[in-house]
Amino acid sequence: MALALDILSWIFLLSGATFAIIAGIGVLRFPDVYTRSHAAGLGDTLATLLVILGLLLQSPDWMVAVKLIMVLAFVWFTSPISGHALVKAAYAHGVKIDCEEEDAVSH
Amino acid sequence: MPHRVLHFTATALLLMATWLIWSGHYVFLINTYGVLSVIAVVALGVRLGVVDEEGQPFRLLPRMLLYLPWITWEIVKANWDVAKAIVSPGMPIHQRLVRVKASQKTDLGQVLYANSITITPGTVSLDVRDNTILVHALTQGSYEGLLTGEMDKKVAWLEGEG
Repeated sequence: MALALDILSWIFLLSGATFAIIAGIGVLRFPDVYTRSHAAGLGDTLATLLVILGLLLQSPDWMVAVKLIMVLAFVWFTSPISGHALVKAAYAHGVKIDCEEEDAVSH
Repeated sequence: MPHRVLHFTATALLLMATWLIWSGHYVFLINTYGVLSVIAVVALGVRLGVVDEEGQPFRLLPRMLLYLPWITWEIVKANWDVAKAIVSPGMPIHQRLVRVKASQKTDLGQVLYANSITITPGTVSLDVRDNTILVHALTQGSYEGLLTGEMDKKVAWLEGEG
């Protein structure tokens, strides 16, 4: 049983690490600040979720588990705000976006 | 004003619970530090004017419990989509900049929608104004997913009666 949990935990940790690496590759490969912010989002969202899930399976007591869940909550609540602030600052500063603005409000 | 007292008390209790969960050392000295810290933080919060209904949306809690699994699954799907675009040799991205409707009635609801858009990789909110949100979409899939308006409806439902 403990072995099964360890294996599951490692699967989560390694897949989380994989997504973090993909996020890094995306930040390097994508052409500008806007596209790169999407790539960076991978590290903040799924990579963090998977690593936390992996760590939850390793937590010795409920207190550590609650703290891990709170860490996930804080990252998920703050990362969209920092991401938004970043692209909004770029947009306000006139960093060019490689497309035209569309209006879909009538949909 | 009884509302202010209520928000004040709720904030203090919430902060104290947070301290107790984080601390793990339940002795007089440490708990005293906790009480003093809570008083200091609530005082700062009052000075900032953030101890109000928006700061503690308990009203949303029941629906939030249903919304969280949904948004988590959306995040997983969006991650897969963007990860595929990153590792594909041809890097199939198709940038779009589109203004979509935010049909939520309260500021809090629109912030929740804008943040939900941003936290799903592939879409990021650039600007919120006049009940619309300007969104940058990375791939064709994320663009089409946004235009279905499903997330907009979900957040409007989450917000409930304004």
